[in-house]
Amino acid sequence: MMTGPINETATLRAEQTDDGALTLRLAGRLDSTTCGRLWREVDQSLSGSPPTRAVIEAGEITYCDGSGIALLFNLKLRGLKAGVPVEIRSLRPEFQTLLDAFDEAAFAEAVAHAHKHVGLVEEVGKATVHVAGDVRFQITFLGELCAQLTGAILKPWSIRWKDALLVAERAGANAVGIVALIGFLFGLILAFSSAMPLRQYGAELYVSDLVALALARVLGPVVTAIVFAGRTGSAFAAELGTMKINNELDALDTMGLDSVRFLVVPRVLASVVVMPLLTVLANVAGLIGTALVILSLGFPMQAFLDRVQASTSATDWTLGLGKTLVYAALVSGVSCLRGLQTETGPSAVGVSATRAVVSSIVLIVIAEGVFSVMLHYTGI
Amino acid sequence: MGQDREPIIQVRNLTAGYGDDLILDDLSFDVYRGEILVILGGSGCGKSTLLRHMIGLEEPDSGSVLIDGEDVVTTSGADRDRLLRKFGVTFQTGALFGSMTLLENVRLPLEEFTDLPDDAIDLVARMNLELVGLREFLSHMPAELSGGMQKRAAIARALALDPQILFMDEPSAGLDPITSAGLDELILSLAHNLGTTFVVVTHELPSVLKIASRVIMLRAETKKIAAVGPPEELSEQKEDPWVWGFFNRQAETKKAGKRT
Repeated sequence: MMTGPINETATLRAEQTDDGALTLRLAGRLDSTTCGRLWREVDQSLSGSPPTRAVIEAGEITYCDGSGIALLFNLKLRGLKAGVPVEIRSLRPEFQTLLDAFDEAAFAEAVAHAHKHVGLVEEVGKATVHVAGDVRFQITFLGELCAQLTGAILKPWSIRWKDALLVAERAGANAVGIVALIGFLFGLILAFSSAMPLRQYGAELYVSDLVALALARVLGPVVTAIVFAGRTGSAFAAELGTMKINNELDALDTMGLDSVRFLVVPRVLASVVVMPLLTVLANVAGLIGTALVILSLGFPMQAFLDRVQASTSATDWTLGLGKTLVYAALVSGVSCLRGLQTETGPSAVGVSATRAVVSSIVLIVIAEGVFSVMLHYTGI
Repeated sequence: MGQDREPIIQVRNLTAGYGDDLILDDLSFDVYRGEILVILGGSGCGKSTLLRHMIGLEEPDSGSVLIDGEDVVTTSGADRDRLLRKFGVTFQTGALFGSMTLLENVRLPLEEFTDLPDDAIDLVARMNLELVGLREFLSHMPAELSGGMQKRAAIARALALDPQILFMDEPSAGLDPITSAGLDELILSLAHNLGTTFVVVTHELPSVLKIASRVIMLRAETKKIAAVGPPEELSEQKEDPWVWGFFNRQAETKKAGKRT
C-alpha cells in the first residue's frame, strides 16, 4: 500500500448546487507537502455564504496522513461551528479509522477552554509568595551555613577534605593563569593611563605610589574577587544546580547527609583558602605591570621599589588580603545558594549560574563599600 | 497489511563501540517497509547504540546503514535533508524543547517544513497531542509534566510530519500499563492505516508481543544478534535457553555477578 510516487499531487474541486449544497471533491495524496495549498483552496471555496449542507467526496484520496486527516477534520469542525451538516463520503476505511479517532464536539470545547487568563491580583499574589519563599530560603541557608561552618571548625575531621582539595585545585590552581594576566594588565593599564597626566607635573614616578596603594587596598582584592565570581561562582551554581536537577540533592537528603555540610562547606572553605593566595598573585602581577611602565619611562628599578615601600605598609597589603577572606565567603556562599535554588527546566542551570555571578558581584561591591566606610572611621 | 518484503532500512556489517569498548559486532539485518521491528535485549546490550547508529547520530567503526538506499552517515546536503524527512525519532527522555509549550514543540517541525497555514498547523499539532492523550496540556511547559507525559508529547512531535519511519527509544518505559497499551494501539493503527514503518527499542514484553511483526534480539555477551523472528516463534522456541529465559522472565542460572 501507499508505495505510489511521492510527488503525486492532490486536487480539490468544489461544486455548489442550486439548493445550496456544497460538494468538495478531494483526490490524490494528502500529506504535509500537499495540504498547505489544498487548505487555502478549501478556505477559498468556503469564503462565500455558508452552504445548507456539505458533502465531501473522498473516494479518490489515495493517501491521507495526519495533515490530510486534519484537513478533513477541520471541515467537520467548521460544519459543527456553523451548524452545517457535513458528510464525508467513501473515504477509504483505513483513513476513516484515523479520522474517527477524533471527536469534533470534544475538540471544539477543548479549544474554547484552552486559554486561561491570570489576573493581576493573582500575579501579584504569586510574586509575593515567591519573594517571601526566596527570602525565607536565604535566611535558612545563611543560618545553616553558619552552623555547619562552626561545626566544621570545631570538628575539623568531619570536613570532607578530599572534596575541598579538589575544589581548591579547580578554583585556585587552575585560575592562576587568568588571575595573573588580569592583574598584570590592570597594573600596566592603570600605571600607563595615570602616567600621562602626571607627566605634565613631572610627577610620573609617583605612579608607583598610586598603583601600589590602589592594588594593595582595593584593586587587587576586588579584581580577584570578580574574576573568582565569574569563573568559580558560576561553576559552583551550575554544579549544584545540575545535581539538584538530577535529584542528587534528594538522594543526599534521604541518605541523611546534609547538603550544606556535604557540598557547601568544602566549597566555602576551599574558596576562603585560595582567594588570598590568588590575590597575592594578582598583586605581584600588577606590580610587575606597573614596573614595566616605570622602567619604560626611564626610571631605574630601585626607584620603583623605593616608592612602593614608602607608599604602602605591610598593614595595607594584609588589610587587602583580609578583605578577600570575606569576599571569598560571600561569593562561594551566594553561588552555592543560587545553585541550591535551581528550579526545573533546561534553562534553570543557566539562570542559576547567571544569578550567582550577579549576586556575587553586587555583594562584592556592597562589602567593599562597607569596608571603605569602616576603614575611614577607624583611620587605618 | 500489504507488506511487500521490500527493505527500507539495510544494516550491513555494522560494527560499533565507544573508544575501545566494542558494543556491536558485525550486525547485518533489514527492516521491511510497513513492519514493526522491535529491538530487544537486556540492559547494556547496545540497543540504544544500535538505534543511534541507524539514525546516523553516531559514526560506525565499520559497516553502513542505508535508509531507502542512502547511507545515513555519508549522505550530505540536500540528499541528507530529504533523508532526514523520511524518519522521526523519539528519544528515551523525550528531548522536548524546554523553553516551548507542548503545542509549540509539536508546531515547530510543521512551521519549519510545511507550507500549511497557521490555523492548519495549529489543528494538526492539537490533533497529534490529542492522539497521545494530552489535550488538556497544550499550553504546559515540558518541565511541568511527568516523565510519561513528556514522552507522549515527544511522540506527538515525531508524528507531526508523518514520517515513513519512526524510531522509538523505549517509548513505553515509565508509562503506566493503560497509557502504554494506548501507545501500542496507536503504533499498530499508524502501521496498519498509514503503512508507517516502526523501529522500536524496548524491553516491555507485553508490548513486544502485541505490536512486533519481527524481533531482533541483541545479546551483550556476544555483541551480536542472538535471534531474529516473530515474537510468537521466539517465545515458543526451546533451542536457545537465553532467548527462552528472556521471553519467559527466567533469571539466568549461571554464576551471578555478570552483567546481562
